[in-house]
Amino acid sequence: MNLIKVILVLPVLVILLIPFFKTRGKGILCYAAIILNTLLSGYLAVQSLAGEMTEITLPGSLVTGPVNLRIDALSGWFILIINFVFLTGGLYGLYYMKAYQSQRNNLTLHGIVFVLLHCALLGLCTVQNSIVFLIVWEIMAISAFLAVIFEHEKMATVKAGLNYLIQSHVSILFLMFGFIWVAFKTGSYDFHALTLYTSEHKGGAGLLLFLVFFTGFGIKAGFVPFHTWLPYAHPAAPAHISGIMSGVMIKIGIFGILRMITLIKADYYTIGLIILAFSVISGLYGVMLAIMQHNLKKLLAYHSIENIGIIGMGIGIGCIGLGNGNTILASLGFAGALLHTLNHALFKSLLFYTAGNVYQATHTLHIDHLGGLIKKMPQTASLFLIAAIAISGIPPFNGFISEFIIYSGFYYWMHDAMLGTLMAIIFSVLGLVLIGGLALLCFTKAFGIVFLGQARQQFHHEVREVPFMQLAPLYLIAFFIVIIGVFPQIFLNTLLQPVHLLSGLSLNAGLPYQEKMTGLLQPVTWGIGGFILLTGIIFALRKYITRNRNIAVEPTWGCAYVAPTAKLQYTASSFVRAYGKLFRPILLSSKTEKEVEGLFPSGGSYETNVYDRVEKYLIDNPIAAYKALLGRFLFLQNGRLQFYILYGIIFIVSVICIPLFYDQVVLFIQYIKQI
Amino acid sequence: MLSLILIVIASAFFTGIIIRTKSIASGRKGPGIFQPIRDVLRLFKKGVVYSETTSFVFQIAPTIYFSSIVMALLVVPFGRSKGIISFDGDFIFFAYVLALGKFFSIISAMDTGSSFEGMGASREALYSMFAEPAFFILMGSLALLTGFTSFQEMFAALHIGSYISYALAILGTFVLMMIAMVENSRMPIDDPKTHLELTMVHEVMILDNSGFDLGLILTAGYLKFAIYGALVVNLFIGMFPYHFSIPMFFIIQFVLATGVGLIESFMARFRMSHNAQFIFVLTSVSLLIFFGALLILGKFA
Repeated sequence: MNLIKVILVLPVLVILLIPFFKTRGKGILCYAAIILNTLLSGYLAVQSLAGEMTEITLPGSLVTGPVNLRIDALSGWFILIINFVFLTGGLYGLYYMKAYQSQRNNLTLHGIVFVLLHCALLGLCTVQNSIVFLIVWEIMAISAFLAVIFEHEKMATVKAGLNYLIQSHVSILFLMFGFIWVAFKTGSYDFHALTLYTSEHKGGAGLLLFLVFFTGFGIKAGFVPFHTWLPYAHPAAPAHISGIMSGVMIKIGIFGILRMITLIKADYYTIGLIILAFSVISGLYGVMLAIMQHNLKKLLAYHSIENIGIIGMGIGIGCIGLGNGNTILASLGFAGALLHTLNHALFKSLLFYTAGNVYQATHTLHIDHLGGLIKKMPQTASLFLIAAIAISGIPPFNGFISEFIIYSGFYYWMHDAMLGTLMAIIFSVLGLVLIGGLALLCFTKAFGIVFLGQARQQFHHEVREVPFMQLAPLYLIAFFIVIIGVFPQIFLNTLLQPVHLLSGLSLNAGLPYQEKMTGLLQPVTWGIGGFILLTGIIFALRKYITRNRNIAVEPTWGCAYVAPTAKLQYTASSFVRAYGKLFRPILLSSKTEKEVEGLFPSGGSYETNVYDRVEKYLIDNPIAAYKALLGRFLFLQNGRLQFYILYGIIFIVSVICIPLFYDQVVLFIQYIKQI
Repeated sequence: MLSLILIVIASAFFTGIIIRTKSIASGRKGPGIFQPIRDVLRLFKKGVVYSETTSFVFQIAPTIYFSSIVMALLVVPFGRSKGIISFDGDFIFFAYVLALGKFFSIISAMDTGSSFEGMGASREALYSMFAEPAFFILMGSLALLTGFTSFQEMFAALHIGSYISYALAILGTFVLMMIAMVENSRMPIDDPKTHLELTMVHEVMILDNSGFDLGLILTAGYLKFAIYGALVVNLFIGMFPYHFSIPMFFIIQFVLATGVGLIESFMARFRMSHNAQFIFVLTSVSLLIFFGALLILGKFA
């Protein structure tokens, strides 16, 4: 009880104090608050993962009713992920923000919203009361908005921020609708009412309610077609905020969906199929667009959509397992989803931080302007490489483990599937495999063009590695990426409680999950360990055998052309050109070119861009139509003061008169009725 | 363990047989069957030339590529005898560990900054992306048919009895062989002996590799061919006793190698721009296998 109060009071205190500190102090104070909060909430979270749920009830107010706070295993898992990403992101941010030292007020605000965002995310994991949940959700949305628009002097940043703010309010609208629906029917704002209501009303109501929540949380998570805010907001934010947004904030959407699965009693089988369909489409669409991006952070943002798709596939399998009463299938699906949530938080934040390093060193994120950074920034390059391999789902890193579990889920599901479901399985597997292949294409492009080869552009400033302290949190993340890849059992055992909670197993029946997981992953671990060992041996052998050989260094073979320049190198666009041509029907690519003409050409240009088709048809076109409709009323706003005064008078007159008229109308109607 | 020995032996002469077949078909005297091995041994003794553009990626990539293929080799079973590691879902591991090798060979090609190698890398990434779904659906069909999810159990439980299953085995062989062609950059997809860098895929990616590293890459290529050959063999041998299955292994590998040689002698490479579509066709063929598996199990009823 007291612990919770401390957690609640601490941020308020820090937020009040931040403005009074000097620039350096602000950062340290902020980070200290994050550390303290992490320790306190982490303690409760670890307890919950060990099986001891923390539950307290605050008195609340007249409107909300008693406010229940509960840290169960599911919250615990997400709290730990949030804390880890905030710890590393905060430390990274301390150094990343040094470049903005002069903007004192801006930094104050940034520090405040950073602490607030952390608290809001933690709060969302624990609150069990819908009104309070919505308020906390709003705090999160607004603090994230303020964090995104840190560089608000740039027009594009503000636009991206507003886009995010509006879409996250659309998401709130859906959540509100769902909560009010239940509160209206049951009269209670407690989450427990959801369970009560849906178990009383079997059939369509539960499913519809779930879909309302799925849409709301799906906007936050970035499922296609609700993803359009994401590729704008992530690149606009400072690197540590992008990492946190992509690492944990969109995961709150996933948390919401999982929470609703535990609360709403509905036809899980149908829910599972719906989630699966959305996920496969999200995964494929996300990576397809990611490949064509020119901005490194935007590329990573589209990959978040892809990974949400992969997590969603796990959730889908889990729900189908629940619906079929197949607990092993359910635990495979949920374990895959939860582990991939952690994995994605790790490698995606690492990728965003390394992208931030690149931005700091070169002041650009345009992939085709970069190149050869591995020589200037070897540590950043190696960290990016680790994360790139992990996100492509390739062993020996963590991405492979979660994807392997999800694959196993699909193949396990085959055993008792009928024709229709077999089709679903085979197309989902097809989707997952294609996602893997496309991710490989995308990250070989990103890594190859940005870090390898020669610099494509000369910068006027020196390009150098960021200081070690800024790299330290990145190494910590990379360490976990490797550890999960090599010893996944530790983490899967931690997942025991959350998976049990989700798949509805009683705690005593712990054996099927553990047995299945150990049986499944023990040999994989051996394989991965063997692989690392083998590579080491071969490398040592190579070193030993070639120790006395001649090593010559010559220019790259250019088919005997002796004066190649860096501009002759393959570019990102040319690397994916064949892909772009093949997928043209799906992508919405535009091309502007100016050809080289005449005897004394003055220079040509060529530019390709890919626009999001979903965005065009779901967001842009309706908004254009809406604007056209509102444009018809433009004559009202004609800029003449006389008219505005007239409107004022009309308003006042109608405010006074309408009630009078109303009475007359009521009288009139009564009169008619009497007749 | 048995599969490891057999595949290593087969890989020693597989590429040699292809080259020999080609030389006989074109009426040349040609090198001996063990020429590829001699080439590799020679390379292992040579010094190296590194491009000045390259970084450490270029130096570790061949090793990782080679060990990824050896690791994939360890998973492949031989009839009753398991691979060195065998577990549920090992074919996923097989495909993904190969993907790791591919990842490194692609980035090592890009490390040189050569536009030719970038071109090859881009093609390799695209083609392997299209080839993978076919493999996974094929394995999924086998898993469905047999109820197991590890290579060894699947192949052991595969009974070829009815007409449909014959058709499936032939289609499966076709898909596996075509994947092998894609993975090894052989004829219908890629022409290893072309004279122009612009028209190569795999060969152009290793233009700047030399000495020990090149030896590793070539050896990996030989092994890879034998691995896919072994997978094809596994489709047929099932639970046969060893005194049938081991000769069968070598006969099938021999037939495959001469087949590849003959194809390369009498066929032209597909148009580069149509390769991707062609490879994706493999996915539909493996979907056919999947539907065949459904037919056998009577799921359409």
